[in-house]
Amino acid sequence: MRILVAMSGGVDSSVVAGLLKEQGHEVIGATLQLYDHGAAVQKKGACCAGQDIHDARNVADRLGIPHYVLDRESRFRDAVIEDFAASYARGETPIPCVRCNQTVKFQDLVMLAHDLGADALATGHYARRVEGSDGAELRRAADLTRDQSYFLFATTAEQLAFTRFPLGDYRTKAEVRAEAVRLGLAVAEKPDSQDICFVPEGRYHELVGRLRPEAGEPGVIEHADGRVLGTHHGIGRYTVGQGRGLGSASRDGETPLYVTGLDASRRRVIVAPRSGLADTEVLVGEVNWLIPPPEAPLACQVKLRAREMPQPATAFWDAEAAMLRVVLGEPAIAAPGQGCVLYDGDRVLGGGFIRRPQRVVDSAGRAA
Amino acid sequence: MSRLYLDANASEPLRPAARAAMLAALDVAGNPSSVHAEGRMARKLLEEARGTVARHLQGRAQDVVFTSGATEANALALHALGRNRRVLVGATEHPAILQAVPEAPRLPVAMDGRLDLAALDAMLGAGPPSLVCLMAANNETGVLHPLMEAAGLCRRHGALLHVDAVQVLGRVAMDWAAIGADSIAISAHKIGGPKGVGALLVKPGADVAPLWRGGGQERGRRGGTEALPAIAGFAAALDDLNLEAARKLGALRDAIEQGAGAATAGRGAPRLPNTACLMLPGLKAETQVIALDLMGIAVSAGAACSSGKVAASATLQAMGLGEAAACAIRVSLPWNAPADAAEGFLAAYSQLHARLRR
Repeated sequence: MRILVAMSGGVDSSVVAGLLKEQGHEVIGATLQLYDHGAAVQKKGACCAGQDIHDARNVADRLGIPHYVLDRESRFRDAVIEDFAASYARGETPIPCVRCNQTVKFQDLVMLAHDLGADALATGHYARRVEGSDGAELRRAADLTRDQSYFLFATTAEQLAFTRFPLGDYRTKAEVRAEAVRLGLAVAEKPDSQDICFVPEGRYHELVGRLRPEAGEPGVIEHADGRVLGTHHGIGRYTVGQGRGLGSASRDGETPLYVTGLDASRRRVIVAPRSGLADTEVLVGEVNWLIPPPEAPLACQVKLRAREMPQPATAFWDAEAAMLRVVLGEPAIAAPGQGCVLYDGDRVLGGGFIRRPQRVVDSAGRAA
Repeated sequence: MSRLYLDANASEPLRPAARAAMLAALDVAGNPSSVHAEGRMARKLLEEARGTVARHLQGRAQDVVFTSGATEANALALHALGRNRRVLVGATEHPAILQAVPEAPRLPVAMDGRLDLAALDAMLGAGPPSLVCLMAANNETGVLHPLMEAAGLCRRHGALLHVDAVQVLGRVAMDWAAIGADSIAISAHKIGGPKGVGALLVKPGADVAPLWRGGGQERGRRGGTEALPAIAGFAAALDDLNLEAARKLGALRDAIEQGAGAATAGRGAPRLPNTACLMLPGLKAETQVIALDLMGIAVSAGAACSSGKVAASATLQAMGLGEAAACAIRVSLPWNAPADAAEGFLAAYSQLHARLRR
């Protein structure tokens, strides 16, 4: 097969390229230039391409495969970075990796692969793609600590059919690194990437403030019962469930307080004790189904954030409104903007983005 | 798979004469600055090469400064001639110029890519003494600027003129004496010489302050021991140039343009005989370049960035080609293009068409 491999320059996708080449496939490497690295690290004169791009090219040279760097800066800025900042400005907590997978990676690279006459696209994601009776199924990786199926919920059935995840069956990262050593890849010992790629220093609120100044404007921290407990330096610094960065509003007497809502229009951060934090029901939009959309209530498990195990829930799909209502078995923290992904055991059934519950901004402008 | 190399404007294949000259020069042990016989031998080679460069550009040998390439030659010209002058650059100049003086006002070009002379006249008349930077031929489209007329306007307004002659050298005859530019930058590997050497020719009496201190080589205008083997190859490539052979590439180029069924940027303008800039709206330049590469054909889009990424062409955007600028590839025939280059290219290119129709 002719296979296009998305190579980030990290150990995972490098091993993917090496394994497929070893299996006798015609491998084509592609690395996405997503943002101006020099600008991101704020170092004058630094090249637009970061070290990762050079690493990817060196791996491709080592493997003897053609390799291309694709300029996706403007696409990434529009589809991912702007969305990231806009999401914070709305009082949500974005997951840029999903947006990136959804647009720059699976939409664009699948199209490129088709244009290049490739038979498949392969990535270094930790997830499994299994050929089921009704087509390709997305499943959790064998290594549950590395499983990235959550970030892949927006991959359409059509894209999934065309995609391969050769690392999904590896049980530990150590095994993958061992493969890199065996294949003679210089990136074998390269540390895992951290944080959000386009905010290397982790100071994402600076970026958000630059793109969306309103997310950096001060406002009040208000208890859910209406008492003003303090002030803040922009809602872009907060996320639902957060207990830090609240200053004098971090406690109500002896009771620790947490962010339960972000009211962008009034620049209010709403806090409450832990008991007021959890939701029993989650509203989900922009849903992507990897099974036929269920007409009846669907018993399943859900993940409301990347780092947690799926929890029991029942999903109600409203096809007309294109909205998913998920009733949780146990109350849990749901941050608007994050993904809500539905599982049946290992299998991903679908997923969408958590919407803000209407209760945060009711007619009185008060948290209910 | 046999490959078809059609990216001469990025780098020409090495001419055998240049290879032979370099191999011979590699065995010259001396430093051109040394006093002994070995040094004198090296110096002789160097000065012969300098004379060759001067002869081809119709200048004086003592006014030739060897550099690491055209980027440095351009930078040296900006540094030496641009002092206390406003710098004006053509809108379609190479990134070597555009990125060196990012704030410099850009001289607009017409739809066909040629310099807008009326705009040049107006801009020269409107401001302080200027240095004008213009390329003789564009790297992406091959379009030739009206250099003689531009030089006349510069003289009339008391402006200096620096010409980037990288692409025109060896491809179209130029009357450098009549143009009378204040400096000319050229590059060896664009004419079938080695990578890593270029030259700047300045006018007699020009005051050329070096880009860096240290080393007194090149009459104090460029420090560092001269890259003798590369310079010898450069001179040999210059003497191997054949304008008649270059002109004949035009027939292959025409066959490619006629057979491609795509719009050609700058078609109405006088152009280099080896360059075709083909626009296939609907299929990104990047995809075309990659697809052709996988089919064994080397072409390019835009100017190559060190990261290897394919960026939309600033040249074509300056020509007002908008969307099409993102869908253009450059086919540039090398001096040794095979006789069936057009057939080979068109067979692959037609597959791109087929994908587009899919």
